Order: sequence, then C-alpha cells, then structure tokens
Amino acid sequence: MSAVESFTVPTGVGEFPPELICRPLGFVALTGLDVIYNAVHKAIWESFSANRRPDRVPLSFKILDGDHEYPKCRSKRSSYEWYIPKGITKTGWMNKHLNLIPAVVVVFFDLDWDETQWKEKQMECASRVEVVRHSLQGRGTKVAVVLIQKNSPLPPGEDMVAAERAAALCSACDLSAKSLFVLPHSDHLFGYTIRLENAFYELAQGYYHMEARKVKAHKEFLNKTTHQLLFVRHAFKIAFFNELKQDTNTALKQYKVAYAYVSELRAHDTNMLEIKSISGFINYKICKLSFHHNAPLDAISQFRKHVDFYKNKTGCSELAFEHSAWMCKQFQIFGDLFDEAIRAGLNAIQTQHPGFYYQQAAYHAVNRKHLCRGLCHSATVMPDPNPLEDADKLEYYGQRPWRQGHQSIDPPDPAKEKDGIQALQYKELQVDHSWIIIPLLSSAVAQFKKYKSARMKRYLMVQMGEEYYHAKDYNKALTLLDRVTWDYRVERWCALLTSILNMSLRCAYLVASVRHYVTISLELIGRFAHISSEEKTHVQMNLIRVISNNPPEPVTGCPSEYVELAKQLWKDKLSPENSNIFTVEMQNIVPFVECKARFSTSKCTADTPLQLQVYLRASCQFPIRFSKLCVLLNNHAYNDYCTLVDGHTVGGDGEASYSSCHGDLYLTPGQIKMYAFEFVAEPVDVGKKIEITSIALSLGNEDNCCAILRWVGAGGDSASLTNVQEQVQMKRGPPKPNEYDWSNITLDPSISIIPRCSNLDIQLDHNPPSLMNEFYYAKVIITNNEDLEIQNLCMQIGLKEGQENTLEQSTQVFLDEATIGIPGPSRIKNVELTGNRILGVRTMYDIQVNVTQNKLSMPVICTCYQEKSVSVQTVLPYDLSIKMASLKFDVVEHVHSDEPFLLLTDIKCTSPWPITIENSQLLLSDEVKSVDETLQSQLISVSLKQNECASECYCLVAPVHHQHTTVPIGHYSVQWKRTNCEEEGLPTVETTLALPSITVETIPLFIETKIPSHGRVRDSLHVTYTIYNKTQMVQEVEAGMEPSEAFMFSGHKQVCFRILPVSQQVLMYNFYPLVPGHVKLPRLHINMPRYPGVADDLGGRMLPTHIFIKPQGKELHESASG
Amino acid sequence: MAVCVSVIAKENYPLYIKTIPTENELKFHYTVHTCLDVVEEKVSSVSKSVNDLRELYLGLLYPTEDYKVYGYVTNTKVKFVIVVETSNTLLRDNEIRSMFRKLHNAYTDMLCNPFYTPGETIKSRSFDKLVLQMMVSEVQS
Repeated sequence: MSAVESFTVPTGVGEFPPELICRPLGFVALTGLDVIYNAVHKAIWESFSANRRPDRVPLSFKILDGDHEYPKCRSKRSSYEWYIPKGITKTGWMNKHLNLIPAVVVVFFDLDWDETQWKEKQMECASRVEVVRHSLQGRGTKVAVVLIQKNSPLPPGEDMVAAERAAALCSACDLSAKSLFVLPHSDHLFGYTIRLENAFYELAQGYYHMEARKVKAHKEFLNKTTHQLLFVRHAFKIAFFNELKQDTNTALKQYKVAYAYVSELRAHDTNMLEIKSISGFINYKICKLSFHHNAPLDAISQFRKHVDFYKNKTGCSELAFEHSAWMCKQFQIFGDLFDEAIRAGLNAIQTQHPGFYYQQAAYHAVNRKHLCRGLCHSATVMPDPNPLEDADKLEYYGQRPWRQGHQSIDPPDPAKEKDGIQALQYKELQVDHSWIIIPLLSSAVAQFKKYKSARMKRYLMVQMGEEYYHAKDYNKALTLLDRVTWDYRVERWCALLTSILNMSLRCAYLVASVRHYVTISLELIGRFAHISSEEKTHVQMNLIRVISNNPPEPVTGCPSEYVELAKQLWKDKLSPENSNIFTVEMQNIVPFVECKARFSTSKCTADTPLQLQVYLRASCQFPIRFSKLCVLLNNHAYNDYCTLVDGHTVGGDGEASYSSCHGDLYLTPGQIKMYAFEFVAEPVDVGKKIEITSIALSLGNEDNCCAILRWVGAGGDSASLTNVQEQVQMKRGPPKPNEYDWSNITLDPSISIIPRCSNLDIQLDHNPPSLMNEFYYAKVIITNNEDLEIQNLCMQIGLKEGQENTLEQSTQVFLDEATIGIPGPSRIKNVELTGNRILGVRTMYDIQVNVTQNKLSMPVICTCYQEKSVSVQTVLPYDLSIKMASLKFDVVEHVHSDEPFLLLTDIKCTSPWPITIENSQLLLSDEVKSVDETLQSQLISVSLKQNECASECYCLVAPVHHQHTTVPIGHYSVQWKRTNCEEEGLPTVETTLALPSITVETIPLFIETKIPSHGRVRDSLHVTYTIYNKTQMVQEVEAGMEPSEAFMFSGHKQVCFRILPVSQQVLMYNFYPLVPGHVKLPRLHINMPRYPGVADDLGGRMLPTHIFIKPQGKELHESASG
Repeated sequence: MAVCVSVIAKENYPLYIKTIPTENELKFHYTVHTCLDVVEEKVSSVSKSVNDLRELYLGLLYPTEDYKVYGYVTNTKVKFVIVVETSNTLLRDNEIRSMFRKLHNAYTDMLCNPFYTPGETIKSRSFDKLVLQMMVSEVQS
C-alpha cells in the first residue's frame, strides 16, 4: 500500500475513496533517521520499508522529521447536548488515521552504552522525545526510542553499565522501560528489525484499542433524536479502529452496527446521496470482511439485502441517473470483491459468480445512459457560477457541494438547488456511457466464459456489439456480432439471429463494407430470418443495387448524421476502379438460395459420360438472376465442363468459350431448377473417385461487383448441415410429375470411375485336382470378343493375391512359351501342401472407343481389365507305407544284427487320375546293406488307378554295429507322373521319402536253418541247423528235438555242446514226413544256461515252424498200366 | 403469473415461446436462451450420478435481478422454461412444479396430434390456450 499524502474526495457518484478500499494498516512514524546522508540509517529504513511481504506484521511505516507537526488535536467536547452534526462521515477522517496520525512515533537515536559524553547525549535524546510529545499533545500516540548502537549488546544482566544507563535514560525521557529499544547495526539487522516491528505492532494495537474505546465512550452522551448521524459515525469509527488494530471480527461486528444505523436514518431527497454513499462504503467493508473470513454466503446475502433495500430509493427524480450510477458501482465493486476472493481460493459455481454482478452493473450503466438521455437534454450549459466548484473539497462524503453540511429536508435555496441539478445534468451529458458499459460487459464475458455459460457469454457479446454500435464504433460492432451469429444460427434461434443480423446490416451499411453487407443481406432474405416480406423485399432490392454497382438505400434506424458519411463511402467503394469480388462461404450462413448437387450414379464406367446435376432453389421475395454457376471437382481438368454462364449477363448473343455453357440462371422463388452437366472421365482417373469439392454461384458482374457464393462439397448450408428437421421429408403424398421434391434430392458428392467392361474371354483348361509336387498343367485361352482392335495386351498369371503366405511360398509358376496372343501353356508347381489355392489370370489392354458427350462423338482410349480365377485343390498323389518284416513276413519292430530282414513298400494311389511310376529307388544308408548284390526297382512303369496298390520288397541286413542301436535305413524315392498327360514334355516328379530308422538288437545266438522248400511224404528230408555264437565268450548250449507225430527223424534227440566265440555248431537231421500238407515241423529247443529263456524264444522266432509236404505221387506208368 | 413460457427442443432450438409483455419479447428470448447453459450443466451433472431416476424439475436456474427462471427437462430432453417476476412472491416452488406438470401434460397432448411432426414449431391452439391461462389465471388467484 502506498501512503496517500494529498487526497481528493472522489467526485463521481458512488465512487469509492482509495483509503476505503485499501487494507487499513497501523501507522508508525519513524523519526530521527537521516536516510540521505547516513548509510546506516538508510539500511535501517530499507529493512523496514522495502519488500514488505504478506507475512510481515501489518503496519505502514513513514519517515518523518523529529519536529514534524502532527494534526492538532481538537479539544474534546464534554457534552453533545447542543451539537448538531452536519454530516455522517468526514472525508478526511480515514486518511487522517491512515497517513497522518501515527499510532507509534519512534525516535531513533545514535547512542552506545559506553558513550563518553553520556550526559550530553542523554539530554539530547530527552529533548527530542519532548519535541515529539509536544507535537502530539492530547493524543494517545505511543512514543518509543530506539538506540542505534555500534556494538552488539551483552546478554541482559551482565552489562551493569547498560542497565544503569538505560534506567537513567528512561527516567530522563519519561519513558517506560518497555518503550526503549536497542538496535545494533550488525549483520543481523533484518532479524532485529523484525523484532522491533513486532514490538511496534503491539504498541500500535494498544493505541488503536484505546482510540476505539475513546469513541465508544462518547456514546452515552448521544440521544436518538438529534444525533442519529453520530451513531453511524461512531460505529464506523470504532470499526475502522478495530480494523487498524487487525481485529477484523470486532470490526465486522461494528460495521454491521453502523450499517443498521444508516438504514434507520430518515432519508429524503437532500440527504439520499449521502446515505447511499455511506451505506455503500459500509456495505463494501462488510462484504470484504465476510469474504476475508471465508463466509462468502454472508457477503452475498448482505449485498443482496443492501441492493434490495436501496433499489427503489432513487432520490431526486431529476438526478435518477445518479442512482443508476450508484447501483452500477455497487454491483461492480462487489463483483471485484468476489473475483478477488476467488483468486484467493474461493470456489464459485455456474449460477453464482462475479459475472452476474458485472452483468448487473452493466445493466445499470445502460439504465444510466437511458436516464441521462431522458433527463439531461435540456442541460446544455454549465450554470454560472459553477455550483460544483467545490466538488472535490467536500467536508462530508456524499453531500452536495452547493449546500454542504445542510441536513434539513428542504433545500435551503431552491434557485441554487436548480442550478446544482442542472450542473450535474450537464456534467452527466459529458460522460461517454458506452465506455463504462463495454468494460463491464467485457469483465462479465470473461467470467461467464470461465463458468461454462457459453450462451450467456454470447448474449453479453451481442450487448457489447450493440454498445459499440451506440458508441459509433461500427467496425468493432460488426466483428463482435459476426463472431456470435454462428452459434445462434446453429441453434436455430431465428428471432435472435434476425435481430443481430439487422444490427449488423446497419453497421455494414454505415462502414460501407460491401462484403459484409452482401453476406448479411443474403441471410436476411433467407429462410431463417424472421422479418416481414416488405423488409425482405427492401433488403433484396438493396442487395441487387449493390451487386449492380449502385449504392444501396440507407438501412432504417441508422443515425442520420452518419448516413451522409456512409453514402459517400459507398460511392467510393462502388466506383468503377474498385472491383469488389469476394467469396461468401455458404456453410457459415443460411442464405436465401439453396444448392444441392449430385452425380446421377455412384459408379460409372470409363466409356460413359458422367452425369452431374445441380439443383438450385431460391426463397427470396422476387426472382433473382445469377451470373455464373461452377462446379469444382477434385480434378480441376473437368471444371471447364461444369461451368454455366447466364446468357443474359454475358454479351447477350453468346460468344463464349464453351458452346454448352449458356443457360438460364434466373431463379423464381420457391421453384427448383436443375442444371445438368456431362463429361467423360480421363484415363488417369479410372479407378479413382471424382468428388465435388465445391460449388460456386456468382451473383453480380465479375467486372466490378460480384459475390461468389461458395458451397463446400455438394451443397448444404449452415442450417441444412446441422438441422435434422430439414432432412426430414415434410411433404405428404406422392410428388407431382415434372416437379422436384427438394427434400428427396440427396447429396451425392462423389462418383467412382471403374474401368470399361472387358469383352475378352479367358478360359482356363486344366484337370483338377492338382497333385502334390506335380507340375500342374493349365492352358489359358484368351478370346477377343471386342468389335474393335485391342492394343497393348498383357497377361498375368499366378496365385491371386491375399492368400496364405505359405501358399505363395510353396507355389511356383513357370511359363512354357512367352508369346502373348497365342495361347501358351503354363505350369504351376506346388510343393508339399495340400488344400485350396486360387489361381488368377488377369489381362489388361487398351481400346479406343467413341463416346458421345454432349451429342458429340469423341474417341477415348480405355484400359480394360479382365480377370478369371479358379480354385484348384491339391491332393496327395499316393499314399506310401513302409513296413519292416522278418524273413517269415512277420512285421517286426526291430531287427537283429546280421540277420536279414525285409523292407516292404506299399504305394497306394489316391489320385483320381491314374499315375505311372517310372522308377523307384532305394538309397540305403551306410548302416544297412542289401542282401542282393544289386537293387533293382520292381515298379518300373507300373501304372496305378485310384485305390490300386503297388508294393516292393527288399531284403536287407543290418551288420553288427556297436555304437547305435537305432540306425537309419536311408531314403526311398519314387519317380512318377500322370499316366495320360497330354503334354509329353512334362518332367516326371521325383518324390523322396526318408525311411524310418530301425532298432537293431544284438543277439548271442543265431540259428541258420537249411531246409528244402518242400518235402514229400515218406521221402527223407535233409535239414541242417547251424548255430552261431555271436558273443565273445564260449557259450554252452543245450539243444533238444521235440518229437512230432508227423515226422520221424534221425539225429540228436537231445545234446549239450559248447560253441567257441565267433564259431558255429552244426546239427544235422533227417526228417521223414509221414503226412502231407502244411505240416508242423518238429521243434528244436535251444537253451542256454547262461541266458535262461532267451535262447528258446530266439529260436522260436528264427526257426521255421512249418513245411509243405507233398503227398507221394503215383507212378505215371502204374496209372497207365492200371 | 408467469411472464414467459417456452418449450425448447432437444437440440436446443425454440419450439414455442410466449411472453406477456410482448414489446420486450427479444429480451425474454435471450433470457430463455441463456438459461440453457444452466439446464445443460444440471442435466449432465445429474445424469452422471444417477441415470435411472432423474427429477424432471430442475428448480430455479438463474437468479436475475428482475426475473426468476425455472427449468424442467422431460425424459426426451425437451426443455420447459418458465420465467416469473422476482417481485412475485406468491409463487412458491410447489406452484411452479404444478405449472410445469400442467405444461408437460399439455405438451404430451399436443404431441399426440397425428398432424404434428415432432420438432416443428408448436402452433396448437389448445396448447396456446393453456399457456395463456397459466400466465393470466395465476394473476387472479
């Protein structure tokens, strides 16, 4: 807070003096500091005054001279009996206590305890204190002495000299020990300052407390009849002292008391302003303190009460504008208080925030303006002498300068009163009210924006615009109004929109803005404007005038003195040297002409012309002629085809750049006109979309004044884009023929250009399903069914895109002959994958066709595509099974080392087509050997039909192998192809299969049996069993032959022998078959004591069990003789 | 004693506005329009917390110096706004509520007319009559 030295009484009605608005701080005067020449003093002063943060004690400091003259204290009257107060509160009183009469006067004095000339110094100090005391005679102001010392003080009680001299100084200065301070100017100056400050604060609080009590003491002398004003004054003073004391609770209570007293005062025209001023001040204090105490509801309700109470207390009717000014100020200052509280952390809500108060203030300001207009027109001169001369030297707040201190009901001098009123009215006339209203509205706008009230904000902006209009700032008004119309339009508050547009039209006329004038006119004639048809006619006439380069007639309601100015402006604007061509975006307004455009189809082949239709409908009062219609497409090349110039505006007889572009753009209200355009798509656009980017309709001559109405896309303005209602068909019954139903016209802003249909025929000759791994043969036959020659034919064949990745990886396409034109075969190899795959054949060629466009035939080169795709299933050609068997054809899981075994392959044809096996091959691994010398395929050139089988059998042996028990056999490969393949050149397919591994067991014994393939009854049969010892040890073997009924035999019936390592033992038998047939052989039991049970089992597997015995044949000759 | 009765469509455009002092009609249009800010705020804040049972009556919307503005939102988001003079202390919350109920019933009846397309400006004579009655009859009571 800056101290206000010289102050003036605010002259405006309801103005708040700064000493009321500021926060009252206790006033402390510092004397004896020489801040100009003494650096130490300067540092001390700065530590008190500079950078006072809010956490410092609430005091205001001021440097005064030691011999400063304080305001004289008037002698207090002992009785109020004959005292008639002349007003409520004196204008100087608050300032006096804030800035002139200190609560504490501090005398700074340089004096150390060890000062040599102590006596003299003490005397000097005492005299200084005396001077101050003298000046403050009669006041309760506290005096304190601060000794500025060079040395740091010793702890209390240690420095005997100091204590003694301090006591002496106190008594010399007549000072209490508590008012003497020591300030060593050491490094810790700031810390000492804070401590001193706190001490001063305590003293100041004491002072203000005493002052408040002094005022209170007067109360008992007052009586209710004559001293009503004093009740208010005293309560106000007590409250103010308490505020200075920083006791805000008591202050608030006292202000409320004061407010109650003010309300009780008898109000009449002469003192109304004074009462309102004071009650406004007190109300301000109450609200401020309530907000300060975090009781916003109290503040709001107090303010409401205040406003409601004084709302109708206008006072002097000739000065009614003063009341509005006062109300305006009340609302404004409360808004400020509220806003301040919010900034200090209060939360406001949408329905209760400062914006409302600013808005109301603005409303009262507007009211004031109107009252001023009504009341002040006669006050053209300031009366002489000026009754308001003393307006800034009032003794009491809110009094009339020409009759200060007057408190009776009737004014003392009616003539003077009249002059005074006239002077006030004259002064009011000088005020530019708009500049009071606009900032208030602007504050309100900011608040409503903050509290999510967009519509209220817009309303206030409209009001601001109106106010700018009244303030003759038409450009600003126009921009402001322009910013809000959009929302009203979108929300379809037509009445509001119309009123704003009317206002804007006036502004546009007055500033002669052709562009705005035309835009607003377009909308005012439109279907959203709620104005009479006469007005619409008027607007349209003026619009046509502007478009044909003539100044419009003045808009009704414009201030006449500005009309002349505007006429000149229009003349300049529309002079032939100025060309006024501008674009008006239709999606931003609701114009009187509607537009819809559509392509007739959503798709179109490249060889047919595109059909584009534009529908226009006007809703103005009388017919209107446009000059040009353009449809702009995303490919600018077509724009020339879609331009239509009105035949009447260009040259008349029509020599224009395009033969087909003359038409009639004369629109009759309510009728729909259709304009059709036709053009052929360019080859580059085939496969793309052609879109309407915008439609431009020109109004006026392009040479001088022309408005280009531009619709983005295929038409639709601000209303039809956002309005559901306009999309709904409102007509009932079927539409009449030859008449367009506007709501049924859809917007089709785009068309896809697809290639011309191909007449090429593609045939794919092939025999599905394809077999896995084969070269699949397919023949493509392309037949040209076109009437015309085709060029640049090319063909692609392959898998169709978008199939599984694995399919693409496992398919290869080969072409036999690369000549296009002659059908060429192509093979497809598919690898190791069954399932569906889609083959595609795609051809592409150019053809030149003739297209009729606007009745003209013209050649167009079209690129055509033809595609054919087939789905080919792939199946396995055959099923191959591998079996391992013992020599007895028993299927075995594992084989014995050195013992021959059989490998059986079994090929079962699963293909629906017969296949021929050209060859098969067994590729043995190193661990397995063939028993035969050479391996010869048994399947060469074997043909198989579906479900037929072909088998092969190989005899193999696995030599003794010590490392592995499981050994791989090797690979088996089959070379095959389709049996009846048309194409001889197709290679055979070789399919190789890894054979399974076999488990090789090492056995201790191996028995080889030599036995004839068959025997004959009663014919001896020679059988040899050779038993090999495969181990590295001597083996003991027990062998026994089981007797059999079918045989007699000779040889060992039972024998025991030993076989040396890697050696053998031969057992020889002669069998004598007794019965024919498939006879069971006598069984040889082998037993090895070392491996009990194993040998017999082995023998069982290795030894043949049966033999075929033929019956004894009859002698041929016997039969012949018999 | 309502001075202005209005019906606002779901999309916030006016379906019907009737004011008694017709000379200042535009101001009432603005008043009704601006109160939609509060209506929107109230409806959105309520529907967030409880979505099934919403009280249709919104109560006092704007405290203005001269008028009190009350709001009511149907389940189809059609808004009714009634403006009452602040000086009129006879009308309590309950009376306002019953006025809204009457208005809602009249609106429903009007909507049942097969020749009325929802969303059109209301031109029904019987609706008009009821609204006028609401604005006048309360004066006498």
